[in-house]
Amino acid sequence: MELAGLLSYFVFFASFACIYAIMALGLNIQWGMTGQINIGVAGFYAVGAYTSAILTTPPTPEHLGGFALPVIVGLIGAVIVSGLLAVLIGMITVNLRSDYLAIATIGLAEIIRFLIKNEEQVTHGVRGIAEIPRPLVESGPLAGPVFLVVALICVAIAYFLVERARVSPWGRVLRAIRDNEDATKAAGKNVVSFRLQAFVVGSALMGFAGGLYAHFFGFISPEAFQPVFGTFIVWAMLIVGGSGNNKGALLGTVLVWLVWSGTEIFTRLLPADMATQASAARVLMIGVLLQIVLLTRRQGVLPEERPKPIPRGDS
Amino acid sequence: MIGDIIQLLIYGIVTGSILALGAIGVSLVFSILRFAHFAHGDLMTVGAYAALVIVAGLGMPIIVAAPFAVLVVAVVAIAIELSIYRPLRESSPIVLLISSFGMALILRSAVQLIWGTGNQVYASGIQLPIRVGGIAIKPDHLWIIAGTLGLIAALHVFLQYTKFGKAMRAMADNVDLARISGIPTSRVIMIAWIIAGGLAAMAGIFLAMDTRLHPVMGWQLLLPVFAAAIVGGIGRPYGAMAGGLLIGVAMEMSTMVINPAYKQAVAFALMVATLIVRPTGIFRGSSL
Repeated sequence: MELAGLLSYFVFFASFACIYAIMALGLNIQWGMTGQINIGVAGFYAVGAYTSAILTTPPTPEHLGGFALPVIVGLIGAVIVSGLLAVLIGMITVNLRSDYLAIATIGLAEIIRFLIKNEEQVTHGVRGIAEIPRPLVESGPLAGPVFLVVALICVAIAYFLVERARVSPWGRVLRAIRDNEDATKAAGKNVVSFRLQAFVVGSALMGFAGGLYAHFFGFISPEAFQPVFGTFIVWAMLIVGGSGNNKGALLGTVLVWLVWSGTEIFTRLLPADMATQASAARVLMIGVLLQIVLLTRRQGVLPEERPKPIPRGDS
Repeated sequence: MIGDIIQLLIYGIVTGSILALGAIGVSLVFSILRFAHFAHGDLMTVGAYAALVIVAGLGMPIIVAAPFAVLVVAVVAIAIELSIYRPLRESSPIVLLISSFGMALILRSAVQLIWGTGNQVYASGIQLPIRVGGIAIKPDHLWIIAGTLGLIAALHVFLQYTKFGKAMRAMADNVDLARISGIPTSRVIMIAWIIAGGLAAMAGIFLAMDTRLHPVMGWQLLLPVFAAAIVGGIGRPYGAMAGGLLIGVAMEMSTMVINPAYKQAVAFALMVATLIVRPTGIFRGSSL
């Protein structure tokens, strides 16, 4: 591969990593900070992607809309719709044990995938939505790098906001809920409301990442939102990197994405009839990696930083 | 019309039987280990493929292959328990849940690696249905219903009359109390995995008889299985049976009015309705 090819592969790799990083940050709010299990990351990701795609594509009879709105409007729409969906699911499960949230979110993600596959007049079914515009530069050699810059800025903003939230009183309440719900309740905090807020903010970030994904590829179909690509890898990223630590979420994204993409290069060298087996082997490997991290270093590569206790008289 | 309804009711009972076998396992694991086991659907898949080895490889009938599959899945379940779930149990049940989600994908990828990603069947060709009036019943359906009834009866006898069955119920009620009364909890956990795994294997075989073998067959059934366990009252094996039947019949009956692709959504809707109205389920299982 010549230098230009290598460079364009790097741009592709880094852009995709940015999208995953935003999802990992969203999951970190839910799982890392609040202790909520969302096994339906792919669902919010898909809803965000389809919302943004429908809002920004040119008018077409093939699927709903084609409203030809600017990319930024599409992304805002992605955040709003995925956030609203999270409110709905959150309200049903917020009073229940976290197992129920896990089950409800997994159900939601599967049903969203069925809806996308079957509601052809809205989503164009398995044929997917094409002609999704890219931000700023539509095509040509600059399109890739420009997207990467946009994605990096998005990650930076998301990281800044989530990190601010983490050290803020709001983030402290979330961690308190995670560590001792009863004590938090006794301290007069509205646990239900805080939990719902965390769930909605995290899911909205996942929806935003979905919107970015749609504008990155220019084409989306239900295949991209399977639990393996949409949910499982994000969990692996967060747990490997370090739940509760935003830097860990970013580092885990890069590490797992390196393993995932690196092994893909090997599978391309294999004969075609072994390609499906090889992709199964890659999922297996990430799964084993997840178990090893859970068993031997549950806090991940970068453990959560406990905020320093406030000196007496300072509060 | 009435014939159609009876026909769908039969399909519903068949689906319900498969769901019940899965849901009993999920409920048993939940009541004793306190976590939602997300790899349960994929244990079903492993069971179905293990039986395929005997059926397709050695040309034996399914009834010979079934005990082998039960054994394989029980061994797989115990291996996972010993290597991963037990060491993780010191931390919170939530970590176990995440680990089991990872396990689900490990099992599925392993099945894909060994048997490929295509559809497979135990026996090719069309089975001639038995016709009663306007209703067609496939012999396989009778096998599935009879097999499920037999397994449930055996489980009932085990839970009610044997020492370990009673110990299991005691642990489901109160783990700490069970432990201080001298119940060998780790041995009970092993037996729970054998039962849950064995029933999952049978559910997988029945599912493959009803439809076909595919690496995601069990994963696709996970949501209805959980729905059955929750509707029945999670942690209540008898509730899981009732929940399975209810969800199965509702899923098949719904095809009269809605697109069959949304069968799963029916299970999901019933589950959500249960969570809103009566989170403990029909049989007052544990919640919160």
